[in-house]
Amino acid sequence: MTWVKDRPGANVVFRGARVVDPAEGIDATLDVRIDNGVIAAVGERLDANEHRVVDAQGLVLAPAFVDPHVHLRTPGREDEETIASGTAAAAAGGYCAIFAMPNTDPIVDSAATLGSLVETARREAEVPVGFLAAITRGQGGEELTEMAELADAGAIAFSDDGVPVASAGLMRRALQYASITGRPLALHCEEQSLSHGAHVHEGRVAAELGFAGYPSVAESVMVERDLALAGYEEQRIHLLHLSAAESVAALRRAREVGVRATAEVTPHHLVLTDDAVRSLDPNVKMNPPLRAERDRLALLDALRDGTVDAIATDHAPHARHEKEVPFEEAAFGVTGLETAFSVLYTHLVRPGLLPLVTLLERMSAGPARVFGIAVPRIAAGAPADLVLLDLDGEWRVNEQSFRSRSTNSWLLGETLNGAIALTVAAGVVVFER
Amino acid sequence: MTSIRLVRDELRPPGPPPRRHLLSIADLTRDDVERLLGTARTFASALDREVKKLPTLKGRLVVNLFFESSTRTSSSFELAAKRLSADTLTVKSVGSSVDKGESLKDTALTLGAYDPDVIVIRHPQIGAPQLVASLTAAHVVNAGDGKHQHPTQALLDLYTLQQELGRLEGLHVAIVGDVLHSRVARSLIQAFALVGSRCTLVGPPALLPRGLGAEMTTDIDAIRDADVVYVLRLQHERMEAGANFVPSLREYAARWGITPERLRPGQKVMHPGPMNRGVEIDARVADSADALVETQVRSGLVVRMAVLYDVLTGGPVGIRALAAAEVA
Repeated sequence: MTWVKDRPGANVVFRGARVVDPAEGIDATLDVRIDNGVIAAVGERLDANEHRVVDAQGLVLAPAFVDPHVHLRTPGREDEETIASGTAAAAAGGYCAIFAMPNTDPIVDSAATLGSLVETARREAEVPVGFLAAITRGQGGEELTEMAELADAGAIAFSDDGVPVASAGLMRRALQYASITGRPLALHCEEQSLSHGAHVHEGRVAAELGFAGYPSVAESVMVERDLALAGYEEQRIHLLHLSAAESVAALRRAREVGVRATAEVTPHHLVLTDDAVRSLDPNVKMNPPLRAERDRLALLDALRDGTVDAIATDHAPHARHEKEVPFEEAAFGVTGLETAFSVLYTHLVRPGLLPLVTLLERMSAGPARVFGIAVPRIAAGAPADLVLLDLDGEWRVNEQSFRSRSTNSWLLGETLNGAIALTVAAGVVVFER
Repeated sequence: MTSIRLVRDELRPPGPPPRRHLLSIADLTRDDVERLLGTARTFASALDREVKKLPTLKGRLVVNLFFESSTRTSSSFELAAKRLSADTLTVKSVGSSVDKGESLKDTALTLGAYDPDVIVIRHPQIGAPQLVASLTAAHVVNAGDGKHQHPTQALLDLYTLQQELGRLEGLHVAIVGDVLHSRVARSLIQAFALVGSRCTLVGPPALLPRGLGAEMTTDIDAIRDADVVYVLRLQHERMEAGANFVPSLREYAARWGITPERLRPGQKVMHPGPMNRGVEIDARVADSADALVETQVRSGLVVRMAVLYDVLTGGPVGIRALAAAEVA
């Protein structure tokens, strides 16, 4: 359930790449040939025919990435991002599919709004893009959306992301009704009576700086509630942007007794802690907030052992004037599409904290399974969804480096390894460094 | 691996040395504190004279930018600047372009266009002084930002204690009340740690922030061991209806209010003002000889003179430097 603008498929041969595909169990130096946008052959010393040849020696060729959680700000805030700019950013980040949240203006809660997004995507999208629709009308938490019609119109899942479904009774009704669509509910877990007015994880940093505390338990009590309801209704849920050790522990317990729940974490929660807030930089303000080191380590463990299925950027573009204000006044959210692989490679894979193959799986096959789309793979006959990675390549993150319309990145000024050299999405070369 | 820290300053091209600001007690060393208190003492002796004005900052412009109501802090900064012969300009959010929705950035850029030497700012939001410091060429002094910091209050309290008790090292201070919402408490905790005083926080459970790593108790009897009882204002303007930090002001006063019965003879009592008599402090305590509240206000003037002088001159100040300035 994704849409992209129509272009002829590429004819390319990647020569001598280290091909790493966790789903296919490949890690070998091979050639890969693409005919008309479809992988035609994977092997040694393949014929180039008349194809363009890419010398990929010393580079890693992997299935391209899937992001289950981005904000494209369309409709309503096209000054911050459009489908064209957001998918161009995705191409630069190595993605072959991204999924946009419905908390736009207006909210994506009707088939008409969703239909117009699909039309725009067919015209503008550089890489395939899919859309989630709201669980409740206007994300107001009171009335269910027409989920059946929305699913027919192409909604990949349902979410009130940005706000929780506060009422347990309504959440139960949503689970019941969503069952007829076969689509999961993607849940933003936050007990707002515990987080109201708070901007920073409740802990030493918030206490010292004077910020109202947003405690871990504000997330984990809602995770527990939603896991309990999903188990009771035997329906599938996806937990968005988990941040707390207690949430991961609850998910692990629920899965052991058969609850069908998947989960994602963001690069910033895997790399930063609330210590970063001491800078008072609004580009480290997001919801859920950066948490303590023990939370970060718990998320990393859960990512390693598969309790967490997917890495999601929660790419949240904001206009400059929404971030050039004091911390508490600043908008929540940071961009991430163009830096996700590089920052995780630099800070987790290179120091030996996460195997490369696990990172590749959690950025591609994992999120694809969450939403039930075809897993990108490197095999003859599969559509060409590939990313070429220059693991030793260094690049400097700066405002000029972004395809996104917004620059609210927490990585401005950082030098990263693991550069994206080239991206093939839906059979088309959509990015080259 | 620990989490990365974002240090963008090192990416900037080398330029002139950093301007001196007073944004947080956390930025100061013990030497800085001792130098500031020493300068304040120098100014105090100058103020004992008949003509109280010093020419030290003649020709300098000090802008007071107050986005929150304030009596003692704004008046004391204004008088401090005037006593040092600086030009002063006071801008309050009410009646200014802030009323028309102007952002802090634009207000800072507008006032920055007058090339002020110092901007003194009070703002309801954490980090507003840092933002102003990044946007203007002025030296910035934090006069209170949200629940974050009120560094000149902490410095004037240290000054008061040193003058009254003759020492800071080894003093035991109990800070009582609404620590959670108090920028004064946050600055004081850091300031007392710098000078070697012991600090105990006392208050209702929900008003003691988690994770502060300080000595904390809900038991008001803990103030008995302290040399000084520092009473915080119960900031009911920050208490939203139904927030239920405490059940009622009456119960708060009964449990944590500072009454003569709860004090030892000779125990000093401080309060940053404004006081809620009958809530956090009994009127008999507020008016007693052991209450240092007015001394604190007087200290505020000389300490703020010292701060303005220090950020502008940027170095240790002795009598000599001051005398030279007087001659000029």
